Amino acid sequence: MGEHHQVPDSLTILQALEYAGYRLVRGVGCRGGFCGACATVFRSGGDYHLKFALACQTRVEPDMQLAMIPFFPAHRPNYRLADLKGTPEEVLNLFPEMLRCYGCNTCTKSCPQDIDVLGYVSAIIRGDIATAADISFDCIMCGLCVARCPAELVKHQAALLCRRIYGRSLAPRSEHLKKRIAEIKAGRFKQEIAQLKATGIKELQERYAARDIEPED
Amino acid sequence: MSYPAPLQELTVRVAQTRTDRLKQVWRRLSAEEKQSLLKEFHPDYRADTFVQLRIGPNRGDRTPKELALLLEADSLLPEGIEVEKVDYTCDVLIIGGGGAGCAAALEASAAGAACIVATKLRLGDANTMMAQGGIQAADKENDSPAIHYLDVLGGGHFQNVPDLVEALVTDAPEAIEWLENLGVIFDKNPDGSMKTIHGGGTSRKRMHTCRDYTGAEIMRTLRDEVRSRPEITVLEFCPAVELLTTASGEVAGAVLFNLNLNQYLVVRAKCVLIATGGSGRLHYQGFPTSNHYGATGDGLVLAYRAGARLTFIDTMQYHPTGVAFPQQILGQLVTEKVRSLGAQLVNISGEQFVFPLETRDVVASAIIKECQEERGVTTPAGIKGVWLDTPMIEILHGPGTVKKELPAMVRQFSRFGIEIDREPILVFPTLHYQNGGVAIDQHCRTDVPFLLVAGEASGGVHGRNRLMGNSLLDVIVFGRRGGRSAAQAAKERSEPFDLTLMHLERWRRLLKENGIAPPVPAPIILPDYTRKRQTAIGKLGDNDE
Repeated sequence: MGEHHQVPDSLTILQALEYAGYRLVRGVGCRGGFCGACATVFRSGGDYHLKFALACQTRVEPDMQLAMIPFFPAHRPNYRLADLKGTPEEVLNLFPEMLRCYGCNTCTKSCPQDIDVLGYVSAIIRGDIATAADISFDCIMCGLCVARCPAELVKHQAALLCRRIYGRSLAPRSEHLKKRIAEIKAGRFKQEIAQLKATGIKELQERYAARDIEPED
Repeated sequence: MSYPAPLQELTVRVAQTRTDRLKQVWRRLSAEEKQSLLKEFHPDYRADTFVQLRIGPNRGDRTPKELALLLEADSLLPEGIEVEKVDYTCDVLIIGGGGAGCAAALEASAAGAACIVATKLRLGDANTMMAQGGIQAADKENDSPAIHYLDVLGGGHFQNVPDLVEALVTDAPEAIEWLENLGVIFDKNPDGSMKTIHGGGTSRKRMHTCRDYTGAEIMRTLRDEVRSRPEITVLEFCPAVELLTTASGEVAGAVLFNLNLNQYLVVRAKCVLIATGGSGRLHYQGFPTSNHYGATGDGLVLAYRAGARLTFIDTMQYHPTGVAFPQQILGQLVTEKVRSLGAQLVNISGEQFVFPLETRDVVASAIIKECQEERGVTTPAGIKGVWLDTPMIEILHGPGTVKKELPAMVRQFSRFGIEIDREPILVFPTLHYQNGGVAIDQHCRTDVPFLLVAGEASGGVHGRNRLMGNSLLDVIVFGRRGGRSAAQAAKERSEPFDLTLMHLERWRRLLKENGIAPPVPAPIILPDYTRKRQTAIGKLGDNDE
């Protein structure tokens, strides 16, 4: 961020910022690579390439220059999942910019999760929601692909919609789940649980010790 | 080379014993053996790290020193805050924007309540996002809520609050369906049946997963649904710093602090639901933590000062497998799913020492014992740990399983040059979960009128030890219950009410009467990992994570 700091080389970028004295409010979240809060752009010493990383998962390098992206504008179209039919046309109507993709693949190169971003954008354009959901599954929505896209695609939001459509409408439903919910509604387990609640600790301990345990395979 | 040479050499021993160990099933411990292992090695039993609370509803109760310091602290609020100047008015104020907070907002809003979600960082920045293992629900033919009930009780050492456990296990299947309707993608077989696996302490395979991003998948879906409802107001970077009460002690809103603008905001609410999560960032006993940056126990502090009773606050969960190497990700979580898939825990000699799917407290104690008795491995940074033999998974379930089932873990380690499908990983217990919290009933109500609590900030459902897959379930089940009962409570509160800080005046009197001069105000909002220059000549404080 234009300042020079000396830090131990064992630190992550996030730890280095804190070492330097920053008490972070933005640009920090789970600290474990799951939340996408600490998207960071950097250049290594002597290298013109612009690189991308999660600050919590990346070690500092000698002479690196960096800046965190505290927030990147990325609109979420106004829709409610329950109001959608779940068709590919709906996805493209909500995210028409997907069709502007030049196929430059900068998004894939900028993804800290190594997701084939261009691959899922292509799937969305083809109307293949299931494939888009599958490829994009590990997306942590850090927005680096959006920040770098010359065609201005808000692709991580489109991928989220695909995953939600897949989970709600395309994935096969579980018969055993439906059946169990109906049984519970009919009060099938109420009495058995009431009995357990009324059972003393000693007997519960015995029954616990005597549980039959479903084998691994 | 991924591991430095001395560690690399030690992995050879693990590989040598692997074939024999594959055939070996370690014996489960008896109830007595578990108790004596816990008493000797579990951090909850280290008496010198606990103190008795001196004031408040839990006066005389044992609690970790670090938490006691905050529970007995003074407010952050400066003198002269004008609580009559109301910035926001709503039916239900939800403090916390994680899994429980978002689930509560969706239900409260669906029930017609005008909701505000106030969250410390961004919406969805929470421990829910980091949960990898899975979510339990007894929805298979060979399983039942009653079987789930007994598993939960055994895991919690039979101390759990029965009404809460009943709610948890009975609502579980419907919670899964609710999540699916919102678009959560669970791992399934081609016929649509759920792929379920064991977790520590389960007697049936009832762990539902979304690869190893289960919490992330649930959280990003809930967050998106909240965002799709403009009738829910979300205030990001606005942690609550104090509750507001009426003269008679009922809760009436909260004071928030906007971290971006350094401004206090007064919210008047008919009902307040606290869903602020856990407190791993207090680093009890100096342990590293797997928790989110914001997990500083704020909700406990706020609720306690307003008169709510806490429960099980002397018990924390140390997840058995936190990262011990590399140092950069020390304390981060290695999901229990790794053991669910068959990886064994192994000491420096390449030998097993515990059944890998005992409950978390037992496995953590066994690892601490192994290291204290010098059968652990010491890293170049001086951290002790034991091996978690991940390559076993490839042998048990076929090549490629690790990449398919544990993509987050593969990614996390390969960033530091360790390929977990070929090399074992080094682990040591990490501070993971606050087993206790604010005492609630099955509708999330506390002792204080119009104050509700849901999720990790509450206590009782897990007793003295939570099972894997029951925290995601907890946040969904009790988040939803809390949202519904908050909407109901708001509807029934028809009388006009005043906004005061009288509970805080009482609290300050109590501090004075008991001769307590709190060294720090609370809640702390965010941890401080900066290295501070303590003197003009630049002497550095030691404040490493």
